[in-house]
Amino acid sequence: MNDASVNAIAVQRLAKRFDEVQAVADASFEVLQGELFGFLGPNGAGKTTTINMLTGLARPDTGRITIAGIDCTENPKAAQHLTGVVPDESNLYPELTGFNNLCFCAALYGMKKREREPRARSLLEMFGLADAADRKFAGYSKGMKRKLTIAAGIIHNPQILFLDEPTTGIDVASARQIRQLIADLHRGGTTIFLTTHYIEEAERLCGRIAFIVGGKIVRIDTVVNLIQPIQEKHVMQLAVANLEPALPGKLAEAFPNLIFKALARGLIRVEADEPIRVGPLVRFLENQGVEVTEARRIQPSLEDVFVRITGIEADAMRKEKEKKGGGGL
Amino acid sequence: MKWWIAFWNILVKDMRAYYLKPPNISWGLIFPLAWTGMFFIKSGSGLESVLSMIPGVVVVSILFGTTSMLSVTVTFEKKGRSFDRLLLAPISLELLMLAKTSGAILFGTANAFIPIILAAFLTDLSQAAWGAVIPAIVLLAVTSTFLGLFIAVSVSEVFEAQTFSNFFRFPMIFLCGLFFPIERLPVFLRPLSYVLPPTYGADILHGAFGIGNALPIPIDFALLLVFCTGLFFVSLRNIRKRWII
Repeated sequence: MNDASVNAIAVQRLAKRFDEVQAVADASFEVLQGELFGFLGPNGAGKTTTINMLTGLARPDTGRITIAGIDCTENPKAAQHLTGVVPDESNLYPELTGFNNLCFCAALYGMKKREREPRARSLLEMFGLADAADRKFAGYSKGMKRKLTIAAGIIHNPQILFLDEPTTGIDVASARQIRQLIADLHRGGTTIFLTTHYIEEAERLCGRIAFIVGGKIVRIDTVVNLIQPIQEKHVMQLAVANLEPALPGKLAEAFPNLIFKALARGLIRVEADEPIRVGPLVRFLENQGVEVTEARRIQPSLEDVFVRITGIEADAMRKEKEKKGGGGL
Repeated sequence: MKWWIAFWNILVKDMRAYYLKPPNISWGLIFPLAWTGMFFIKSGSGLESVLSMIPGVVVVSILFGTTSMLSVTVTFEKKGRSFDRLLLAPISLELLMLAKTSGAILFGTANAFIPIILAAFLTDLSQAAWGAVIPAIVLLAVTSTFLGLFIAVSVSEVFEAQTFSNFFRFPMIFLCGLFFPIERLPVFLRPLSYVLPPTYGADILHGAFGIGNALPIPIDFALLLVFCTGLFFVSLRNIRKRWII
């Protein structure tokens, strides 16, 4: 994977510091041509800073960036004609219509009028925005804004697309449509670098994933390889009416072969290498005066891998992000 | 990469979105009119004083038109992050900023001709040296626009752009010899006049309208060019330093 000719993106020992904060530290990774690469991490992990450095909006302190074989470390402009960027916040012109925004973005990449206008119309059609083509961007809903921002990012048919949190803060239907569009773009051969805090989204879309925590890349692997070890575990979730802080400790004492973890909203997670017997667990809890309202088996997922690697509850991260943007999966 | 397509479309977009909007057109008309009227009434003289007021009013029209518009629009786009979209385009920063400032330069140049056209109805302008007036107006518009760019890059909020613009503009009205000669300023203020670019633009216009210039015209042009180039490259350096962090 070190051959630059097959790498859409190659990053070596990238670092960036803002005053006292080491935003990105010694990050190295490669993204293959045509790959859909996920970049996951909690808020403030360095995802957007990495994208900004890769696209030329920020200068790395150290390290080397190669995009499609072009060394962009000193001259980020050198490969900008090959890349498209969809930032985490829609940044189109509020005073322009949807159609004019797309035409303007196409013109920035040197597309002639006879090329950009049909392309803009076809993208508006593809994103279900044809009826709103002549409305000002300022009047679009959040979902429509997000879709138009993605359309603007691909107006010039980029080889490599950077998507920063594309489904944050939009309704379920729009998010589903955007995920479908991302999958279609990937099938069409576009290399996609996707950051998201929706673990399920990354699991569903990405081939490989890098986890970044505190500016450091802690793990890169295929989704299959990441999930496989954890899928050999048996996991169960208990919902109890009155969860006391001391309860997981008491459970661990009574059932030494099981691992217990208190989650939010009265949930207890139980993990084991062997199948978990529910009866003794429920009886023990009832003897302790704890009412069990639900017990269900959990299929281990990438979210479990994320929690294990980052030590952060994905749910907490999602909530924090949605407080800023709203919406969800 | 067909850079001229990007350049032209940035210019056209800015003209449509900002400069050709009715409130801005009225700003271009009302402001010079108000200044002309104010100084005309203050002078207490007749129509013969119109000619002597033209250079000052022209410079003020350019200065206020360009610095206000450019500093506010660039700060507005930076704040709304749409400026990032321009930074992501595969065109050089120099070309991008020239495209971004062209609208303000055209707006400032057009503003400058409003008091001249109005004055043409009131006094005889046949003796004016248009060969000096027109390049002086264009160069003043470019210099003022780049001053606006310098202001835009130095602030992060739209209201800061407006207040910081005034920090430069209002002293310039009194320090640059627009409505009374620099020689009438207190001695300790005179050196300040000579580090402000409108001084040289106003001097050219005073000469071109036959009122009398203090410095040789080629020196005035050369110094305006130096200010213009200096402000542009300092602004570019600041953009690289502050916006491409």
